[in-house]
Amino acid sequence: MSNSKMSRRDFLKSASALAAVSCLPVSMVELAFADKRKNFMFAYISDSHIQFITGGGFVRNWDRGLIRAVAETNLLQPKPDFVVFGGDLAQLGMKEELDHGAEMLAKLDYKTYCVMGEHDYYLDLGEYWSKLYGPHYYSWDHKGVHFVTLNSILTYDDWTHERWPTAEQRMLEMAGLDNPNGSPFMVGKKQLDWLRKDLEKVKKETPIVVFSHSPIQKIYKGWNFWTEDAEDVQALLKPFNDVTVVYGHVHQIQYNQIGNISFHAVMATAWPWPYPQSYAQAKSHLPKLTVPMNRADPFFERDATGWQFIDIDNGRVSMEYNLSNNTNRTVAFNPKTGKPEDSAFQDPAKRIPPQTHY
Amino acid sequence: MLGRIVGAAFFVVTLAVIAGTLTVRADEFTKEDLERWQNEYMSVVEKGRALWVSPELGTNGVACAQCHPNAANTHPETYPKFQQQLGRVIALRDMINWCILNPLEGAPLALDDPDMIALEAYVMYERRGVELAPGKH
Ligand code: HEC
Ligand SMILES: [Fe+2]
Ligand SMILES: [Fe+2]
Repeated sequence: MSNSKMSRRDFLKSASALAAVSCLPVSMVELAFADKRKNFMFAYISDSHIQFITGGGFVRNWDRGLIRAVAETNLLQPKPDFVVFGGDLAQLGMKEELDHGAEMLAKLDYKTYCVMGEHDYYLDLGEYWSKLYGPHYYSWDHKGVHFVTLNSILTYDDWTHERWPTAEQRMLEMAGLDNPNGSPFMVGKKQLDWLRKDLEKVKKETPIVVFSHSPIQKIYKGWNFWTEDAEDVQALLKPFNDVTVVYGHVHQIQYNQIGNISFHAVMATAWPWPYPQSYAQAKSHLPKLTVPMNRADPFFERDATGWQFIDIDNGRVSMEYNLSNNTNRTVAFNPKTGKPEDSAFQDPAKRIPPQTHY
Repeated sequence: MLGRIVGAAFFVVTLAVIAGTLTVRADEFTKEDLERWQNEYMSVVEKGRALWVSPELGTNGVACAQCHPNAANTHPETYPKFQQQLGRVIALRDMINWCILNPLEGAPLALDDPDMIALEAYVMYERRGVELAPGKH
């Protein structure tokens, strides 16, 4: 039994006491650690969509999601090395929303890295967000892993700068997931150049973990489950042995393997989204590897929301989905098959009815 | 004699009435009619779409589209169906009202409210082509 397995039990006890839920089932993964020193854990919270109500106050439901994720993350034992917030802290990029969200995030006991989401960006193009969290993209090294945070929610200049009479309208147009007036996300040339230079100094054996808001792969353009220049980013990551991309935005479990790159999506704390195949009028490309999350039960407002903790085992990601009203899920890189797999449901014979979305 | 004349006149009038109704018989409609009727429907679909993205249905600024892009995950083809948390078979509009009441913290619509019909028209339109599956969870 690994240390982290024990720690999850401790977390479980205290979390259930605090959150006053009868149980928070946490499924476990047993991993063969080749070199224990290379293993560490961090937490990932995303898509809180803190929403200001005209006339005062914030949407209670979304507030509760973030408050709960922060409280539970603080109970992790041993402590995670850091926390990542995966973007869409605000709903409409307003100062009130970012401040209120930042105040809740500040309660985290750990160093927190933030990723830019489109809901944080399109009001003032990330200006106020920067005052709180600094540069829009950056990299750092931690215990032998090279971490990169990208701002993947940029788009065509003329859409951003020429199309809309006001900043408020621009924000609203991009905020509507299914709005045909939106525009595809992209990383853009300037940032690709930065990434190329950033990766030049990294050894090919160094594990790389990239954080982005949108998937750096193409799943469904209609809802921007998509990054227009995903292939350009993938090409820069191709020379490295171990690469993982963790992304938010989709508010659901997704995972995939493209060449050397593993992809993992994280849950929202605010609300879940339908899988794109549930929209009957368009084709989409959910990775075949993905075993979907359970269909949400709207009678439990936290159902199909959650946060995650991520074990880095020799540079590879094991993603533990902490699901508020549901059995937890673990999706971990399997060195034998060379791709991420669900620890319980990967075998089609093991799937359960709530995983069928239509 | 008088009676026969009156009778004949009545016969002629009756024929004229029948002939008149022939031009507006219920099962005769033109391409233009079809287009007009479809447009009438689509104008209600558009109204439904406007409501779908509008904060006006609720009180907390939340809109249906935030959780149901393109009305996905509303499954109109499965209604009426048993909703386990309510313990009975309900109509689509009951579930529309449930979501207005809960995530939107709004007041439920009357079941024949034109806004309710518009919401249904939009939901059905986004789901066109999908086979009926009444009762399916
Ligand atoms: C906070 C997110 C949220 C919002 C906002 C929301 N819903 Fe829902 N709604 C859900 C979830 C989750 C389900 C369950 C989906 C499923 O069954 O797969 C659901 C179910 C439904 C269903 C029944 C679907 C089924 O499969 O039986 C209907 C109809 C519906 N919603 C309509 C609406 C309407 C209309 C609005 C706006 C007034 C709305 N919803 C707003 C989350 C939301
Ligand atoms: Fe989001
Ligand atoms: Fe997003």
